[in-house]
Amino acid sequence: MRQTLEGSQAIAKTVALCRPQVVAAYPITPQTHIVENISKLVADGALQCELVSVESEFSAASVVLGAAAAGARAYTASASQGILLMSEVLFNIAGLRIPLVLTCANRAVGAPLSIWNDQQDSMAVRDAGWIQLYCADNQEAVDTTVQAFRIAEQCELPVMVCVDGFTLTHTLEPIDVPDQDLVDQYLPPYHFARALQPRQPLSLGTLVAPDYYAEARHSHHQAMLHAKALIAQCDRQWQELSGRASGGLFEVHGASDARIGILALGSIVGTLLDAHAAHVQRDDVQIIKLRSLRPFPGAELAVALSGLSDLVVVERALSPGGGGIVGVEIRSAFHYHGVNVRVHNVAVGLGGRDVPLSTLDRILDLVAHGSAEEFQILDVQLDKLPPEDR
Amino acid sequence: MTESIINFYELRRKQPRFQGIDAGHRACLGCGEALAARLVLESTGPDVIVANATGCLEVFTTPWPESAWRVPWLHSLFENAAAVAAGIEAALKAQGRQSKVLAFGGDGATFDIGFQALSGMLERGHNVLYVCFDNEAYMNTGIQRSSSTPHAAATTTSPAGKQRMGKRHLKKDIVSIIAAHHIPYAATASVAFPSDLRKKVRRAMAIDGATFLQIHCPCPLGWGHESEESIAVARLAVQTGLFPMIELERGELTGAMPIREQKPVVDYLKPQARFRHLFADDARAREELEHLQALADHNIEIYKLLGSGVDALDSEGADTVRRGGNRWG
Ligand SMILES: Cc1ncc(C[n+]2csc(CCOP(=O)(O)OP(=O)(O)O)c2C)c(N)n1
Repeated sequence: MRQTLEGSQAIAKTVALCRPQVVAAYPITPQTHIVENISKLVADGALQCELVSVESEFSAASVVLGAAAAGARAYTASASQGILLMSEVLFNIAGLRIPLVLTCANRAVGAPLSIWNDQQDSMAVRDAGWIQLYCADNQEAVDTTVQAFRIAEQCELPVMVCVDGFTLTHTLEPIDVPDQDLVDQYLPPYHFARALQPRQPLSLGTLVAPDYYAEARHSHHQAMLHAKALIAQCDRQWQELSGRASGGLFEVHGASDARIGILALGSIVGTLLDAHAAHVQRDDVQIIKLRSLRPFPGAELAVALSGLSDLVVVERALSPGGGGIVGVEIRSAFHYHGVNVRVHNVAVGLGGRDVPLSTLDRILDLVAHGSAEEFQILDVQLDKLPPEDR
Repeated sequence: MTESIINFYELRRKQPRFQGIDAGHRACLGCGEALAARLVLESTGPDVIVANATGCLEVFTTPWPESAWRVPWLHSLFENAAAVAAGIEAALKAQGRQSKVLAFGGDGATFDIGFQALSGMLERGHNVLYVCFDNEAYMNTGIQRSSSTPHAAATTTSPAGKQRMGKRHLKKDIVSIIAAHHIPYAATASVAFPSDLRKKVRRAMAIDGATFLQIHCPCPLGWGHESEESIAVARLAVQTGLFPMIELERGELTGAMPIREQKPVVDYLKPQARFRHLFADDARAREELEHLQALADHNIEIYKLLGSGVDALDSEGADTVRRGGNRWG
C-alpha cells in the first residue's frame, strides 16, 4: 500500500515485516529514527521480537552476532562513528559467515564532526567482508531491506543496506510498503545450519593456524563472488512478486550508444537522473547506478560500459592520500578487462554539502575540457583555506 | 565404614560427572583455568551455550580443526563475550528455548576491555552466568598486567626494577563493582575449593537472571610457581585473606568462607616468582610486603573472615566436608 512515510519509518516498518526475532541497536544521528520507530512497533505489539537496547554499537553488533548464531533472524542499524565502533565486530560477523542485516544511515565520519550525509562510514568498512547494497531512494531502501534478509540467509553472508542519512532517512516520500503476505511468501523462516544448540554442540570461531587461514579467506571471497548472481536473482524474484526491482548489481540509464557515463552510488543517482532528464539534448550521456559495491561487479561493469569514451565516477567519500575509492576499483577493472574508457573521478557532497542539479553540468564540463584530474573534490572553495592547505 | 567408602567411589564411577571440556587440549601443565572451566561445566551439565572471550581458554581449547568443547561454543572477540551471550540469550527467549547461556572471559576480558559490555549485560538483566577466570594478568599474550594483577606483582608490563616494585596499582575490586549492579547473585570462588565452586555454579544456574562468578585460577607460567603447586598456591590466596571467598545477593554480602587460621601473606607470595623482588634486602620491598599484609588484613576485617574455632565450611574444611569426609568418619 502506498503511504507517505519518512524513510526511517518505512525502513522500520519493513524490518518488522521481515519478522526479526532479535533487534539490537544504539542511537546515532541520522539512524535514530529507525531504532525509535522499531521500538515503538515493539511497544505497540506490532512487532514481536526481543529488542535489546544496548550500551554501545559495539555491543549492538555483538548481540545480533550472538542471536543469529543461536538461530534467530536479527537486525541492527547504525551510522558513522557507530559503524566504526562496530568495525571489529563487523569483520568478525563476516568471517564467521553469520547472516545478518544492518542498515547504515550513511553519514560523514569525524573529525571534523559532521552529522550530515556522505558515505565515508560504509566505505571505511568496505573490506569487512559484508555485502554492501546502496539505495537510490526510499522505495529501494524498503525493497532492498526485504531482499537483504533473503540474500544474507541464502549465502550466509551479512548484508549492509546503505541509505543516505537525512537525504533518505529523514525525507517523506510516497512509499509502497509491501503486504505481510508478500514478504512472508518471499522470505522463508530463518534457518541457520550451524545454530548453537546443546543437542548438536558445535564450536564456532576457533583459532586457525596459517595452514587453514588462507583457505578460509579464499572461501569467503568466493562466497562473495557467488553472491553476485544471488543479488541479481533476489531482485528479480522480488520484482515478480512486488512489481519492483532495485537494479540488481547496477543499472544503466540512458541511450545504449552514449559516449559519456556518470557512475554514482546512493541518493545522488536521483539528482543526476533528474538533471539528465532536464537536458533533452544530452542523449550522449548515461547515468549508472552502482547498487552492489561488495561484491564488486567489475567484470560486468567492464562489459556494460565498454562503449563509452569517458566515465565519471562520482563518489561521496575518499581515501586521503590515495584519492577516490570506487574510482580506483573501476579503473582497475577496466584495465584488467582491457576496456579503454577514460575514467574521471570526483567526490561530491561531502559532509552534507548540497549536490544541486547543476552538478551534472559541472561534471560534463570537466569531461568536455579534459580538465579532470586523477581525483578531485568538486567545488572546494580554496579561499576558505590557509595558503599552505590549498 | 570401609565398605561405605568403597560404595561411595563405586557410585561416583557409575555416575561420572559431565565433562564439558574434553582431555587433549593444549593448556599448560597445572593450568588453573582449564581446571576451573572443567569444574564449572561439571556443575552446569550439557544444556548450556558458551560465549567465550579471546584468551588462553579460547586458544588452548580450539586449535582448528580440533575442539575440546562438548557444549555449543562460540568465540567472537576479546571484549564482547557478555554482549554475544546477551544476544544468544535474546535468541533463546524469542525461540522459547530454555538452555542456560554462559559467558567465559579471563580477567583482561572482564576487568578491562570487556567491562563495558559486561556492565551493559548485567544492567539489562540477561539470563546469563558470566564466569571470569581470574589468573591476574593477560596470560595469552605473554603475562602483561591487567587491572586484576595484584599490587606489587611483576609482569612483563609491570616489571620490577630499580625504580619499580612491580605493579604500582591495586587489584580492581571487580566483584564489588559487579554487585553494585544489584544482580541476584555474584560470588568469588577458587580452584582450590572445587566443591564450593560447584555449589556456587549450581546456585547461579538456578537463578533466572544475570549472575557472576570470579574464579581465582593460578597460572604456573605467569605466576612463576611449580605446576604441581597450583592448588596449594590458590588455597593460600584464600587462607591469607588476599582472595576473599564471598557471595553477594542484590548487592548485599550474604556469605563468606571463614578462615580457620590466618596464614601470613609471605606464605602465599614466596613460592611465586612474580613476587620474588619483594624478598630482596630492600626497604621498599619490606614496605610492599607490609602493604600486601595490610590488604589481606583489610579483607579479613571487612568480610569478617576470621572464624572462631573449627567450622566445617571454613578454608580448611570446606572440601573434605563436601566430599563426604565427615560423613564417612
Ligand atoms: C581488541 C583486542 N586487543 C588485544 C588483543 C590481544 N589479546 C588477546 S588475548 C589477550 C589477553 C587475554 O587476557 P585475559 O583476558 O586475562 O585472559 P587469559 O589469556 O589470561 O586467560 C590480549 C591482550 C585482542 N585479541 N583484541
